[in-house]
Amino acid sequence: MIYAVIAAGGIGSRMGNLEKPKQYLTLKNKPIIVHTVEKFYVNSAFKKIIILCPDQWVSYTKNILAKHLPENERVIVLKGGSTRNETIMNAVRYIEETDGLDDETVIVTHDAVRPFVSARIIDENIDAAIRFGATDTVVPATDTIVESADKETISSIPDRSRLYQGQTPQAFKAKKLKELYESLTDDEKSILTDACKIFSMKGFPVRLIQGEVHNIKITYPYDLRVAKALLDEEIAD
Amino acid sequence: MLNTVYRLTQPRKIEIAFNEIDIFSQDVIVKPTYLSICNADQRYFQGTRDAKVLAKKLPMALIHEGIGEVVYAPDGSFKPGDRVVMVPNTPTQKDEVIAENYLRSSKFRASGFDGFMQEYVQLPADRLVLLPESIPDEIAAFTEIVSVGVHAISRFDKIAHQRRNVIGVWGDGNLSYMTSIFLKKFFPETKIYVFGVVPKKLADFTFVDETFLTTEIPDDMHIDHAFECVGGNGSQVAINQIIDYINPEGTISILGVSEYPVPINTRMILEKGLRMFGSSRSGREDFVKTVDMYDRYPEIIEYLSHMVGIVKPVRSIKDMNEAFELDTKKAFGKTIMKWEK
Repeated sequence: MIYAVIAAGGIGSRMGNLEKPKQYLTLKNKPIIVHTVEKFYVNSAFKKIIILCPDQWVSYTKNILAKHLPENERVIVLKGGSTRNETIMNAVRYIEETDGLDDETVIVTHDAVRPFVSARIIDENIDAAIRFGATDTVVPATDTIVESADKETISSIPDRSRLYQGQTPQAFKAKKLKELYESLTDDEKSILTDACKIFSMKGFPVRLIQGEVHNIKITYPYDLRVAKALLDEEIAD
Repeated sequence: MLNTVYRLTQPRKIEIAFNEIDIFSQDVIVKPTYLSICNADQRYFQGTRDAKVLAKKLPMALIHEGIGEVVYAPDGSFKPGDRVVMVPNTPTQKDEVIAENYLRSSKFRASGFDGFMQEYVQLPADRLVLLPESIPDEIAAFTEIVSVGVHAISRFDKIAHQRRNVIGVWGDGNLSYMTSIFLKKFFPETKIYVFGVVPKKLADFTFVDETFLTTEIPDDMHIDHAFECVGGNGSQVAINQIIDYINPEGTISILGVSEYPVPINTRMILEKGLRMFGSSRSGREDFVKTVDMYDRYPEIIEYLSHMVGIVKPVRSIKDMNEAFELDTKKAFGKTIMKWEK
C-alpha cells in the first residue's frame, strides 16, 4: 500500500505578519495546500492522502479540502507532531492503527507548500521507494555552499559538483522508517531536520530523484511572489 | 490542479508555463508517455510558418501525435493505467453532414490550442481510444498521422468509381509509406504503385506491387486513381504528373501540405473529368478504425516499426530541443519523445 503524507506543520512564523500559516494562503483562487493535495489526489497509486497540520488548524483544513475536492474518502486530516519527523511518525502510527504496516507499505512525504511538484517526481519517488527503500528529491546545487563551524569564518567549502539541494517528496518503506526512528536516542532525534537523515545515519542508502527547479517551497513572502509569477507567465527552464 | 505546460514561445524556444486542471470536470486526465514529432510541429519550431501565423498562435505547446496513460477518469469511462491514444481534434459542435475534423468550429491540438507537451492533458473521454496490448508504445505514438491516411482511404472508398485496378501513390516519405500499407490492406486486389525520387527509400516499400522513380515513369503507365503524399515544393510536380498519368474520371486524393498556392493543370482535370479531394486531420472514428487494423493485422505493426527512428527520452527542455534538432536530420521515419515530464 502506498500513502501520501502531506506535512503542513508550519504555523507561518517565517511568513512576516500574515495571520494564516503559509499553506493556507491563496494562489490562483485556491489555498496553496489544495493545489498540493490535488497532485496526489488524482494519482490512484495512493490508498490514502494523509495531511498533517497544526492542532488548531485541523477543522479548517478539513473544511477547505471538503470544499475543493470532489470527494474526501481517501483524504485524512490529522494533527502534526512537535517536529517534522514526529509529524511523519504520526502518519505512520495512523497507518499502523488503521490498515497495519508491512514491508510493502510506502509513504511519500511532501511539503504542503510545494504545489508545483510534478507527476513524474511523484511517480519516480514511488517506484524508487518500492525498489530501494528510501528516496530524496533533489536538484544540483547552483550556489556555492560554505560551511562555518564558528559562524564567523569558513571552515570548508565542499565541492559543489557533489552537492544537491533537497526538495520533497521523500519516500520511505514505512516500517523500516519506524524501526530506524525508534532506535534513535533523544539526542540523535534532536539533530534530525530531515527524515532521509534517519536512513543515512543508520547506513541505509537513500536514492536520489531528480527534482525540478520550479518545485519551489513557499516559505517567505518573496516565494509567494515567485509562485504567482510562475503562474502568470512562461519561464525558461 | 496546477499543470506544467511546455510552450513554444518563439521559434526554437520552449518555456515552462502552468495552467489549471479542473478536477471537478468529468473529463479524463491523461499523463502523456510517448509523443511523436510531426512536420507541422517542426514548422512552428523552426519558424518556417508565416510570421503572422506564428504571432497569432504562439505561445503554444506543440505535438498532436501521442499516447498516454489514464490517471484520473471520474466518469468511469477508463481505468487508471489504461493506455490510450489521444485524439487531437476537438469538436465544439455536432453536425450531421460535416465530419468533426472539417468543422471550422473544431479546435486542433498544437494548432488552435495547446498540444500534448504537458505534464497532464485533460480531454473528454471521447477524445481517447484504448490501445490493445499488442501495439508497441513507439508505434502507437504516431497513430494520428496513420489515421489521417486511413481517413483519406475511407473517403476515397466512398467517392471514387469502382474500377480500381491500379492506384498510384506519389511520395516516398512517411505519409506515403503508411498510406500505401493501408491501401494494400483495404484493397488487396488492386495494384499499388508508388512513385518517388529516392531509390533507397522506395526499396523499403516491399509491400506494394511496383515502385517507380518519378523521372523514369514508363510511357504506357496508366492509373485509375491516385494519392498525393508529397506536399511542400514537390506538390506542383507531383499533382501535374498524376493528372498526366491518371485515367479519365479518376479520383485524386491530396494529402501533402504546401505553404504556398500550387499551380495545376486544370484544363486536363476538366478534359479528363477528374475528381480531386483534400484530406487532412482525422476524427475519432478514424482512430478507432486504425487501432482495430493494427490489432487485426500484426504485419502492419511490423512495417510501421521500420518507421520508428529516434526514441529520445525527454526529461528537460534541453532534451526537447535536442529531439526537435535530431528530427531535422532524419531522412525518413518518426522521431519519438519518450515523455518523462
